Amino acid sequence: MIWNEKMECMAPENLKNILSERLKNVAAYVYNHCPLYKSKFDAIGVNPGDVKTIDDITKLPFTTKIDMRDSYPFGLFSAPDKITEIHVSSGTTGNPTVVGYTKDDIKLWGESMARAFCCAGAEPRDRIQISYGYGLFTGGLGMHYGAMEMGLTIIPCSSGQTKRQLKLMQDFKPRILACTPSYALYMADEAREIGIDPRTSSWEIGVFGAEPWSEAMRTQIQETWNMRAGDVYGLSEIIGPGVAMDCQYQDGLHVWWDTFYPEIINPETGKPVKAGEPGELVITTLTKQGIPLIRYRTRDVVSINYETCRCGRTCPRISKIKGRTDDMIIVRGINVFPSQIEHVLLGIDGTQPHYQLIIDRPQGKMDEVEIQVEVDEKMFSDEMKHLRSLEEKIKKEISAVLSIGVKVTLVEPKTLARSEGKAKRVIDKRTL
Amino acid sequence: MKITQISVFLENKRGRLYRLCDLLGRNKINIHALNIAESEGFGVARIVVDRPKAAMKVLKDADLAANLTDIVAVEVEDRPGGLADILKVIYDNEVNVEYMYGFGEKFSDRAMMIFRFEDTDHATQVLMQHGIKIIQGDDIQDE
Repeated sequence: MIWNEKMECMAPENLKNILSERLKNVAAYVYNHCPLYKSKFDAIGVNPGDVKTIDDITKLPFTTKIDMRDSYPFGLFSAPDKITEIHVSSGTTGNPTVVGYTKDDIKLWGESMARAFCCAGAEPRDRIQISYGYGLFTGGLGMHYGAMEMGLTIIPCSSGQTKRQLKLMQDFKPRILACTPSYALYMADEAREIGIDPRTSSWEIGVFGAEPWSEAMRTQIQETWNMRAGDVYGLSEIIGPGVAMDCQYQDGLHVWWDTFYPEIINPETGKPVKAGEPGELVITTLTKQGIPLIRYRTRDVVSINYETCRCGRTCPRISKIKGRTDDMIIVRGINVFPSQIEHVLLGIDGTQPHYQLIIDRPQGKMDEVEIQVEVDEKMFSDEMKHLRSLEEKIKKEISAVLSIGVKVTLVEPKTLARSEGKAKRVIDKRTL
Repeated sequence: MKITQISVFLENKRGRLYRLCDLLGRNKINIHALNIAESEGFGVARIVVDRPKAAMKVLKDADLAANLTDIVAVEVEDRPGGLADILKVIYDNEVNVEYMYGFGEKFSDRAMMIFRFEDTDHATQVLMQHGIKIIQGDDIQDE
């Protein structure tokens, strides 16, 4: 079924008026309610009144992750007094990224995820096992609100305790599983270990996202679990999960453009790319109240397809993420920036040791992060207990900042690869 | 003069210790004593060499992390209970030992042990007061 057939299938020429109206409103709204946006508009000499149609969006200023960091915590909020919920994800350095939702924003989130669930093939009264983490991370609760909106029966497992999750799956027989794709594969290994054949599971539909994954991985999950593996896209700055979702044709992810209006730009010039060409995805939230964002640069590289889909939806489809325009990496659903690691190391002994981040996805396992740190003379101690406690301290602090467990390995000086004098900070060994 | 020990950070990987010893050998630096402390991913090689200053330069040039520590080399009677006698003095006088290891060479009919004490000067004083012979740095090391 299609959750909101009117908006998801409206002819683009008819939708245009709605988009234009909404853009006018949001531009005026942020200009009048958020001083930071007023100064951003003023700085480039644009007035909300200059927006006549949706095509005028290119006149408006971009919003970046740096803006979010610099305005920490609430500087980008337009309705700081009406927030009912706050979520936090990692920022580049120091300050995390904070987003706030009004009651209406939560409703919008629920509707977005309800559209996504339907797009994935869910029917009202289906049971859903939500195995994304609940908490400050948007994954768990976003899925939860969508499932509530749609009238699914929710099993709010959150992440972890895999054997228990498998038991609940066997006992409650949910039709839908929502988690990260790597967790789905990890669970298959655990299932076999306790004598469950994954192909006999009750799950028929997966709603997988929050980390990069490939078509090959999709095929593997579909074959392993005998289910359809749907791809969901989202980011907390925009709303969380539920910005886009692919349908049964698995040919791109439908973006709910009546609320999250997408543009694809050349990240260097900021100008739109030709239709179908890859570029940076930029999203404007047309109806959000708490922290509406104008032309938010997601740093995700995708291409977009405006053709009407065979499923009947007219909302455009973005490709799977083809890359990033910054050095962010996503591990187990968590955003990781090398700069965060630098920050921690700098704080530990005041020097800036060379380090390398190694990300691996061992067969059937969750992603692993190893941080190799070159021991310099200042850090080096003759006593093992000092070295071990240094290793432990780095591990603890980085794990706390990233909110995922990491392995820390001390290595000899000048052993980490440097290319043209510049250190290679990240080695991503994952075959996605 | 105290004896200077060099500690070198080594990854727990094949050939690392060989590389270190080969490097010193090629530079005509003799190793009197060697001890390895190891952890899961790395280890510390502690060595006493005849020319510590030269050795530090060689190690630095080879991009190895190394530092110097004062240690005490003590003569031990080569008989059952010889080491126990010395440890009793250390124990009775509440001197703290960080670590210790045996010396590779013998300069007399006595064995030798290397001690790293929490407080080198205090430990030296205590040992000497009890008539325990301590090897002087200039006996085995140049600058």
